[in-house]
Parts: sequence; C-alpha cells; structure tokens
Amino acid sequence: MIEVNKAGEVWVFAEQHSGRLEDTPIELLSKGRELADQLGVKLAAILLGNGIDDMPDRLGHYGADKVYVAEHPLLEHYQANSYTKVIYDLIHKHKPQVVLFGATPCGRDLAPRIASAAKAGLTADCTDLQIGRHEIKKTGQVYDNLLFQIRPAFGGNIIATIINYDRWPQMATVREGVMPMPEANGTRKAVIVKETAHISSEDLPLEIIGQHIEEKKVNLKGARIIVAGGAGVGSKDNFKTLWDLAHCLGASLGATRAAVDLGFVDHDHQIGQTGTTVRPSLYIAAGISGAVQHISGMSDSQKIIAINNDPNAPIFKIANYRILGDLKEVLPKMISAIKEKV
Amino acid sequence: MAYNCVVLVKQVPDTKRITGEAMNEDGTVNRGALPAIFNPEDLNALELALDIKDKFGGTVTAMTMGLPSASAVLRESLYRGADDAVLVTDRRCAASDTLATSYILSCAVRKLKCDILLCGRQAIDGDTAQVGPQIAEKLGLPQITYVEDLIDISDGAITVRRGLGNGWQEVKAKLPVVLTVLDEANEPRVCAGKRLMKYKKALSPAEIQAMGKDTDIDTDAYSKELEEKGLLIKQWDLDFLEADMQWCGRDGSPTKVHRIQSVVLAAKGSKDVEATTEGITAMVHDLIEENTIA
Repeated sequence: MIEVNKAGEVWVFAEQHSGRLEDTPIELLSKGRELADQLGVKLAAILLGNGIDDMPDRLGHYGADKVYVAEHPLLEHYQANSYTKVIYDLIHKHKPQVVLFGATPCGRDLAPRIASAAKAGLTADCTDLQIGRHEIKKTGQVYDNLLFQIRPAFGGNIIATIINYDRWPQMATVREGVMPMPEANGTRKAVIVKETAHISSEDLPLEIIGQHIEEKKVNLKGARIIVAGGAGVGSKDNFKTLWDLAHCLGASLGATRAAVDLGFVDHDHQIGQTGTTVRPSLYIAAGISGAVQHISGMSDSQKIIAINNDPNAPIFKIANYRILGDLKEVLPKMISAIKEKV
Repeated sequence: MAYNCVVLVKQVPDTKRITGEAMNEDGTVNRGALPAIFNPEDLNALELALDIKDKFGGTVTAMTMGLPSASAVLRESLYRGADDAVLVTDRRCAASDTLATSYILSCAVRKLKCDILLCGRQAIDGDTAQVGPQIAEKLGLPQITYVEDLIDISDGAITVRRGLGNGWQEVKAKLPVVLTVLDEANEPRVCAGKRLMKYKKALSPAEIQAMGKDTDIDTDAYSKELEEKGLLIKQWDLDFLEADMQWCGRDGSPTKVHRIQSVVLAAKGSKDVEATTEGITAMVHDLIEENTIA
C-alpha cells in the first residue's frame, strides 16, 4: 500500500502509440495544471516508450513541470503487464498523490491493473475533477485537499463524487474530450527525469500478431457545429437531409447510439457515453429524445436546437430552441433559410 | 485438447430502462423499481466460453458474487449451457468497490481449475471495466481486454482479436489468461428448452434457507435431494475462500462515495420556435446575427 503523501505530485499518463502522443494526455494536462496549482505541487507527465523524440518538450509546452521518461526497447509497444510494472515502480518511488489516465481503451486496460498492484482506489470515466474537503459525519474527521472524482453512474442517471482518503495514490481515468485542450506555450520547459525500466521479456505475455488502426474520418471533437440525429430520424434515407443540413453549415454529422445501432450511420459518428464527448458552439438535435447516455456527451454545447415531435422529449429540457414538429418538414425549411441568408 | 472456462457474471439493474417511476422525488434512483437482468456483456462472455467448449471440449463454470437473489443469473447460465455454477455470497462482501470485488473473486477463481477466465468488458450499473484487469493482476495472469473475436486455441495458447476503438489488434497469449469480452463478439444463444426445464429447479443453499422460513419444507432434506440431482448451486462464503478480511467489503475498498447528485436538465435561456417557415427563418437569422452560424 502507498501511504498518504500530501506533498505528492499530480501525474498524468502520457499515452503515446508509435511515437504519436494522444490527445487525452494533453487534455489531462490542462486539468492537471489546475489541480497541481490548487494543491501547490508539481505537475508531471509519465512517458514510457522507445524513441520518445520531442514528446517530453511538447508535454512541457502543454503545462507539465516535469516529465518522467522510461525508455526501453521492450516498452516500444504498449502491454498492460510491462507498463504496469514500470509505472507501479515509479509510483512506489515518487509517491504521487494523484495519477490520471485518459479513459481510452489503453487507459482503461492499464489503470485498473496498476490500481490493483498498488491496492489503490480508481474511479473510471470521470467527467470532472476537483479538489475538495470531506468530512466523516460519524467521527467528525475532516480530510482536506482530496481529489473529487466526478462521474456519471447508473447509466448516466446520477452523478457520483468519489474520493479515497486513506489509501493512495488517488487514481482516475478521465473521459476523452471532456477537458478542453490547453494552448501550447513554446517557451514553457519541463524538467526531464530519466528513469530506468526494470523489465524483461517475461513482462510481455502477449504476442501482437497484427494490428489495424483507422484514421478517424469524422472530426466531432473539434467541430464548431454538429448536426445529430437519433432513432426518431426513422431511416438511413431520412438521414440524408441531416447530411445536407450539415453540408450547408460546414458542420459535422453526429448520431445517437440508437441511430448507429439501427444502421443509419457509422459508429464513428456516435456521440454520448459510449461515443465521443463534444462541446460545439451549436448542436442541432433532430429526432433525438435525449436519453441521459446521449445528453452526457453533448450537454456542454453552447447552443442546442432540438427538433422533435414529442413535446415530452427530455432533449427539450436542455434545448435553447425548441421546435415541436416533424423533422422531415423542419429540416428542409432550415436548409432553405440558411441558403438564403448565408 | 479441452479447456476449463470460468465465466464471471453479474446481476445488474436494467439501467437502460430507467423511466420516471424508477426515479425518486429527489432525483436518486429507486433500484427496487428496476428489473434485475443478466449484465449484457457477461452474456457475450458466456457465449464465448460455450463456443470454446463446443469447439474444443471442456467445461464452463459460471460464477457470480452477490446477494442470494443473484442465483437467477447462474440459473440462466445453466439454461444456456454452463456445466456448473458458483454463488459467492457473504454479508461481509457488502460495500465492496471494484478492488475488493476483484480480490474476493480472485480468491474464488483460485478454488477452480481454470484455463480461460472470461467476463464482460463492463457492467451497465457502474460501467467501470475495472474488475477484469484487476482480477488478472491479482491472479498474476495476462489480460486481453475488449475481445471481439476468438481466432484459435492451440498448443496451450489463445489467439483473439481485440477492439481498440479506432481499429483492432490480433494478439496471442499462453494459457491461463483473462479475457474481457465486447458485445460485438457474438450473438448469445437462447436458453435451451430442455435445460430450462431441468435447471429452473436449481437453487442455491441461501435460497433454500429462505424457502424454509416461509414454508415447513425440510431444508436439509431438500438440499440433499437437489444435490443428488445436480441441481444444487455451489455457494461459497469468505471463510471458505480463506479471504483476508482486510481486503474485503468496506475495509478493503479504498474508494468511498462523497456525494450523489441527480442529473438536472435545464437550459440557460430557451424559447419555443414555431415549425413554420417564418419561425425557422427568424431563428436562423438570430443565429447568424450572433455569429453562431458563420
């Protein structure tokens, strides 16, 4: 067990594959910076790999004070066992108080294994992190400066704030896209700390036979306007009108899980708890009833237009513009109104 | 070559069907109002185990940790083709977080012969996806998460395809191994009629005890009768597992709940727009004026 260490640093796992730094650690550095400043401690990135190039400098530009670097030929490709061993050793040595991972397939594979080895608490898929105080009512004992790990639970129907006060580090995975990307500051420099990785081929139990990575064709995270459809759109054919609207707005096309499951659009377009989290300036929700699983992925949109023929659809509760009507009539009207004005 | 598969299954409230009635006035969830179901991805894990058994021979044991009522998912596993079922139940398991749960289940798995340990990627009540990797770590086994297809098992090694979100990876690992399975992996088979007729009478000792309170049934004799027919679900407590209590239940759980809040849906400033050409044109005009639409 790792004991409580109030002077411990805030750490961010710098996920990279084939020399390419993922977006999530950069997003985490913005939140990590906030937390570290509040706690008055250093923010560090943990970078494992083989041939890490200019990644430590970039992590510095995005807010890391320090980068712990473990380079080893056996760390070239991610594996849960080898990465757990190296990161666990680092945690043991430096006793950070907070360790954050992106809730990516890799982060969700790795973080629980490390938490188990460290016998530490871990909260999955956080949508927010804060520093706060906790009081145990029965004993009156107060814990200050704890990491509040905030996440939707119960299928997104409630928001739970999770803490761990007696066994550290406080670990969390954080959903992709929920923290804004920080601006790079080319003059910021991080201290680079070289670490030795004590691993052997026995720590690589998996043989990776083949791999296929697809470039994301759909850019939802960076989209300024999103036109999204749900099951209420009715058919793949009806979805064409959404494509048309998206086209004339220069918007990206999004969809609910239901619409994806019905085969109206490809999985890449999915927004919500099991898809991408988005925060555009304008979100046009057509035929989306507003299940919590979907809303949790788009409720931070600045403006929301909802088009639905059910006056009781929950989406209307968060919409800025409520259009009660048939989307087959409303969407063409929107398209011509936009074409006329723009 | 035959393989012993153990499948970890969980009974969960059907969070996908939360309606108004399942929410309390204060916005919290009324668990009692939700139907208890077999965690969907655990059905895919069970199907993968049954598929391995069909192709290579061996056994499939379903195991769950929970209240005696969780025996329902064990019976359902038996209907679908599991050979054996184990209920891990003990009051001292209460309030276990994922770390304590994985410790307890790892103790239980150690009591069985297991070449391939399977579970769903995640359960729909918590959606954490943590218990699989944590059990793998506790057992010192390699883990292959997000399994979407079984490719082969030969020479004591398994090859599978796993999803990476933006692609896939084909990996091979020596047995024993822990797999967490995605819903894309397969289409779970339906319950077999004959098996359903047989195993609907299967009960766990805790359920028989509960029956004894309501009826004048001789619980010992009934347990014996079921055991002889192969209908007694195995039931293990923490003493049987020789679990170290410091890692179980509330004491063994580093994560605690600070606060639960309901999800409040509200928009800052909202208006109704008539679904007419005039209404929509006015809205589009507003959005262009304020530069939301460029």
